[in-house]
Amino acid sequence: MANVTLRNVRKTYPGGFEAIKGVNVDVGDGQFCVLVGPSGCGKSTLLRMVAGLETVTGGEIDIGGRIVNQVEPADRDIAMVFQNYALYPHMSVFNNMAYGLRNRGMKEAEVKTRVEEAARVLELSPMLERKPRQLSGGQRQRVAMGRAIVRQPKVFLFDEPLSNLDAKLRIAMRVEIRKLQRRLNTTSIYVTHDQLEAMTLADVLVVMNGGQVEQVGNPLAIYEKPATTFVASFIGAPPMNLMSIRAEEIKSQLGSTEAGILGIRPEDFVITDQTPAGGVALPLTVEAIERVGAETFVYGTRQQDEQRVAATPGELPPGEVIVRIPGSEAPPIGERIRVAAMRAKLHLFSGDGRTRIEA
Amino acid sequence: MVEEEGFRRYVAHAILWIGIAIVAFPVYIAIVASTQDNALIANGQMSLLPGGHFFEVYYQTIFVGTSGSTREPVGNMMLNSLVMALLIAVGKIAISIISAYAIVYFRFPFRMPIFWIIFITLMLPVEVRIYPTYKIVADLHMLDSYAGLALPLIASATATLLFRQFFMTVPDELLEASRIDGAGPLRFFWDTLLPLSRTNMAALFVILFILGWNQYLWPLLITTRDDMQTIQVGIRKMITTTDALTEWPIVMATAVLAMLPPVFVVVAMQKLFVRGLVETEK
Repeated sequence: MANVTLRNVRKTYPGGFEAIKGVNVDVGDGQFCVLVGPSGCGKSTLLRMVAGLETVTGGEIDIGGRIVNQVEPADRDIAMVFQNYALYPHMSVFNNMAYGLRNRGMKEAEVKTRVEEAARVLELSPMLERKPRQLSGGQRQRVAMGRAIVRQPKVFLFDEPLSNLDAKLRIAMRVEIRKLQRRLNTTSIYVTHDQLEAMTLADVLVVMNGGQVEQVGNPLAIYEKPATTFVASFIGAPPMNLMSIRAEEIKSQLGSTEAGILGIRPEDFVITDQTPAGGVALPLTVEAIERVGAETFVYGTRQQDEQRVAATPGELPPGEVIVRIPGSEAPPIGERIRVAAMRAKLHLFSGDGRTRIEA
Repeated sequence: MVEEEGFRRYVAHAILWIGIAIVAFPVYIAIVASTQDNALIANGQMSLLPGGHFFEVYYQTIFVGTSGSTREPVGNMMLNSLVMALLIAVGKIAISIISAYAIVYFRFPFRMPIFWIIFITLMLPVEVRIYPTYKIVADLHMLDSYAGLALPLIASATATLLFRQFFMTVPDELLEASRIDGAGPLRFFWDTLLPLSRTNMAALFVILFILGWNQYLWPLLITTRDDMQTIQVGIRKMITTTDALTEWPIVMATAVLAMLPPVFVVVAMQKLFVRGLVETEK
């Protein structure tokens, strides 16, 4: 049981590449912290620094009140689950889980108790004598989890542990991991690039980009009030529609004085001829329809004569807007429709996308 | 594999049989000749069927040797060859797996230069450096000893490279998992890397044992005493006796005996050997 605190943590590789540019994160005791971001954002590097597998160039890593910058991974009282599981191929499931305990000089009877308890929890009891290659992907994943929990460490570290599983199993294991973590009440740091995994698992969500933290907080709070356009487009699928708007429009429509970027989530649009007070309306031509069953995504282009919004920065092709509507009813392709969003559902960002403007 | 039909299939089989005959016939002749009376062979009247002297010829070969001047029981020669081949094979594997471990897993000054020096020794087989090597072995008073036979052949760039390549395919996460599990460098080597290298070691052992067993030039140079002779050198000496008739049955029996240990090693380790060459699972 421990807090994990990162204070201004930096990592510069010998070549001069700055992988982590000063990160401050505080994970409370027993909390589940998820680091999420696109590939190359430094989330795995940061996790490996907490594990002690990467050196720390600057700042402090504090686990349970102890600065561990110079401490060997084995002495940090952490356990890690790797993306490819990293099970010892020549050892049985039992020995895989027991290895770390035996290396610490634990009595064989105690080792046996702990491994069998972990195997029972993870439903691995019938396969303790098998080798990893005789197991399915999901079972290997559970062995990797078992290897972590038998240690009863202060902190669990997960490095994209579900990305090698198929979609169905991934969802099942996601729930398992969350339940297990709740029961053991062990502080956990979990790295993923999957924003859905991040949203569902996290107590504390850390959105990273380019070696920096973009936003830290409760997942739903981040979803509802993204601090930057990066977070806005990264959290939520399909991504938030972003469009740059000119100053005079903002002024008249939204009461702001600066040019900026307007963001509207696909689910916040409704197809209607009315314009809600203080809200916005967009005429669209329907280009494509995606029916998923419970919901339908409408891909539309804003019409040329509509000068209200210019090209969007980055995320969507210029002029494309995604609208999510419930059910499977959808307008036919080619039809001109009008969508609107309420004032409360609008997100406004500064022109560079780095700051959220609260109107 | 595509199943060939009819005529083409018979042609393919015929070619295979011809190949087998070309390889096997000399071996057959050696076995047959080793069971016959020397007088018959010397007269050029050797039968193509086995003769009746099997036990006496092999008894004399193994425990007595030829009746000529370099008389030495072949049993003793085989022991010498066996010790040399085992020392070379085991020594090479031990040295090269340790050096490969150092080169792959440790960051120390001059790591790459050292790797390249090891690599360059590939271009210097025993034959090329034979004079300086002989001088060193002689100065160390290792002539006519097992150490002198084996040591200069132990240092091996090939095996080091092979293990290096293998180690580089071992996922880094295994090392990291070991570190988190509290295993130091030696533990990781012993508990994880060695078991994973088992099939590679077996494959290498087969190759190196045969290489050591078949050494000729080096043992010829540094052994002068008859009781230190290896079997490969011994066979040659049996034939070159000028003052007497070559005892062909004994020579052939020696040749047959010389073939046995490599065959035994290959057969015994075949399964591991093949797995070592094709294994991909880590």
